[in-house]
Amino acid sequence: MNFLWLIPLLPLLGAVINGVLGKRLSRGTIGAIASGSVALSFAISLTAFLQMLRLPEESLPIVQNYFTWIQAGSFQATCGFMLDHLSGLMILIVTGVGFLIHVYSTAYMHDEAGFYRFFAYLNLFMFSMLTLVLANNYLLMFVGWEGVGLCSYLLIGFWFKKQSATDAGKKAFIVNRVGDFGFILAAMLIFWTFKSVDYVQVFTAAAAMPADQLGMIGTLTAICLLMFVGATGKSAQIPLYVWLPDAMEGPTPVSALIHAATMVTAGVYMVARSAVLFDRAPGALLVVASIGAATALVAASIALVQTDIKKVLAYSTVSQLGYMFLACGVGAYAAGVFHLMTHAFFKALLFLGAGSVIHGMGGIQEITRMGGLRKEMPWTFRTFLIGTLAIAGVPGLAGFFSKDMILAAAFVSPNFGKILWAVGLIVAGMTSFYMFRLLILTFTGRPRYTHHDVHHVHESPAPMLIPLIVLAFFSLVAGYVGLPIALSGTHELIGEFLHSGAPAPDGAEHVSVALEWMLMSASILAAGVGAFLAYLFYVLRPDLPGRIASAASALYSILTNKYYVDEIYDAILVHPIVVAAREFLWKFVDVLMIDGAVNGIGKSVRSLADGLRQMQTGYVRTYAGWILFGGVVIVAWFLR
Amino acid sequence: MIPLNWYLVLGAALFLLGMLGFFLKRNVISLLLSVEIMLNAVNLTFVAFSSHNGQISGQIFVFFVLVVAAAEAAVGLALVIAMFRNRETLNVDRSNLLKW
Repeated sequence: MNFLWLIPLLPLLGAVINGVLGKRLSRGTIGAIASGSVALSFAISLTAFLQMLRLPEESLPIVQNYFTWIQAGSFQATCGFMLDHLSGLMILIVTGVGFLIHVYSTAYMHDEAGFYRFFAYLNLFMFSMLTLVLANNYLLMFVGWEGVGLCSYLLIGFWFKKQSATDAGKKAFIVNRVGDFGFILAAMLIFWTFKSVDYVQVFTAAAAMPADQLGMIGTLTAICLLMFVGATGKSAQIPLYVWLPDAMEGPTPVSALIHAATMVTAGVYMVARSAVLFDRAPGALLVVASIGAATALVAASIALVQTDIKKVLAYSTVSQLGYMFLACGVGAYAAGVFHLMTHAFFKALLFLGAGSVIHGMGGIQEITRMGGLRKEMPWTFRTFLIGTLAIAGVPGLAGFFSKDMILAAAFVSPNFGKILWAVGLIVAGMTSFYMFRLLILTFTGRPRYTHHDVHHVHESPAPMLIPLIVLAFFSLVAGYVGLPIALSGTHELIGEFLHSGAPAPDGAEHVSVALEWMLMSASILAAGVGAFLAYLFYVLRPDLPGRIASAASALYSILTNKYYVDEIYDAILVHPIVVAAREFLWKFVDVLMIDGAVNGIGKSVRSLADGLRQMQTGYVRTYAGWILFGGVVIVAWFLR
Repeated sequence: MIPLNWYLVLGAALFLLGMLGFFLKRNVISLLLSVEIMLNAVNLTFVAFSSHNGQISGQIFVFFVLVVAAAEAAVGLALVIAMFRNRETLNVDRSNLLKW
């Protein structure tokens, strides 16, 4: 299997062609090159994946080193790819969902001036993401990690003439830099500890190390915490999640591909990939689980009151990513990756559905101005409904199984498992509520828009609907690879499948069948309560939300203002930095010290010259006098 | 035999005279004459030392100085003529453009 390098390189080729020649190509050609390169990449990924499945478990992972990338003293980094079950699943998700979104974008972005630029960026993103996933060492992963960050920045600010879009792009980039710094430090510490950044060598060495004690900070805990700092940036967790809601300024396919399905899950992938390290750092795992649970709760509560269709989905994404980290934090990496996969399907579906709605509404994003779109956009409605059911955890759909696996793993976890489980359950209820609220307000009831501001609501064209239908299909069935033991009667397929890539900890507790039934009932109940409340609030008693909002106005305004986190960050971080930069770095260091030194030298030379030039009187006698003086000095010197 | 000191005193006196002339006179031709006096004062000193020490080099040096002085006088007088043509004066105090 020596063709792995083709998988990321084909999208790169597409990016180069579209980026360089795009201005001269027709839109059809650009779309065909961009989608075609990803489609080919998907086909190759599938071939590689199927070939890998036929290999015995012992021969995994498949590692291919292409060339030595960096050789400096004892430091060595190769450029090579690694394929195992974990990265195999990831490349299928990335190229599969990515291909559908490329197809969708050809229609969605059709009237944009920067059509070729958009697809060049999108293909470049695919290249970076696939490099991130396939890399066989932390340094190469970091290249992909930075690459997706760059593409994210470029695509959020795609409409660069819009101030809010460029601001959002910068915010995403800068917030991600904070996390990236953690990643760099983690990579350095890994090299310092294991004398290598290669996955296989690091994991082998780490497995031989004694595990850190809970509550003690050892090297492994430090590595894992630093890595997790990187993950909080890329995967939008507390405290660095603030960029993701703003990133909705980008085009909707970008939100679907980068800010829902693939890039933001890079942090989860990294944690799952480093499972060997995290297993030996229980303190770090506890942090991961707590941050994940807290993020899930906070983001879900904000999503309850948002009125922008994309903002609701953005906070929902943050919340679901929290779920994935919660899973990783309790050692259920397979559950986290399973949820990553199902989430990629249904959240991409929901975002593309939202894009279809925005497209049909001529750019309106406020759900308060929608309503009754079911008749005008039947296919969008059907697929969006499936997405909603899937994320809300309705039994039988993808989200139910993955969410349930996470909750079960949390419940049996010895470290505060019950609390984490309870938080997860509450979040499940909230998720169900805000998603049904979104669905009801958008698609049912009477239209709240006037024909004055929306001229012609219309269903989207086929290139947009077909990806929706494909994703809806996967949202329906993707859960069945992870049937719980209670239903399948044998074993958790996905858990065993991912064992080679992200091994479960040795002492992982198994959930008994009875307990599984109980936990499943609890999560169905939570989803049901959430859905019922949404139905009650927005169909049966439409006056209730307003009355509750005014009764609990303090809580309501905290939620609508997103806990004032942006304002707090502004006050304690951004503002002091800006003031310090302006008053100290600019006005003191730059103007006073640097400019002062440069100008001061100039000024002092000038004033010295001003004094000295008085000697040049122009009178012959003065010069003769100086000659005499000089002669006297020389003679005096020799006579001394 | 006239002692060495006498020559030296005469040379110094001539040099001083030339110097005073240079500083006190305003006519540029007078200044050139003063320079010549100073050169010849030095020449006298050279020759005196040469004779006293029995070494020929001092006298050879004087020939060089004479050659240079002749060249200097030629160039100097040419400059004086150019100066007069330009400014219609030989007063050096009126020619002070070369200043800050």
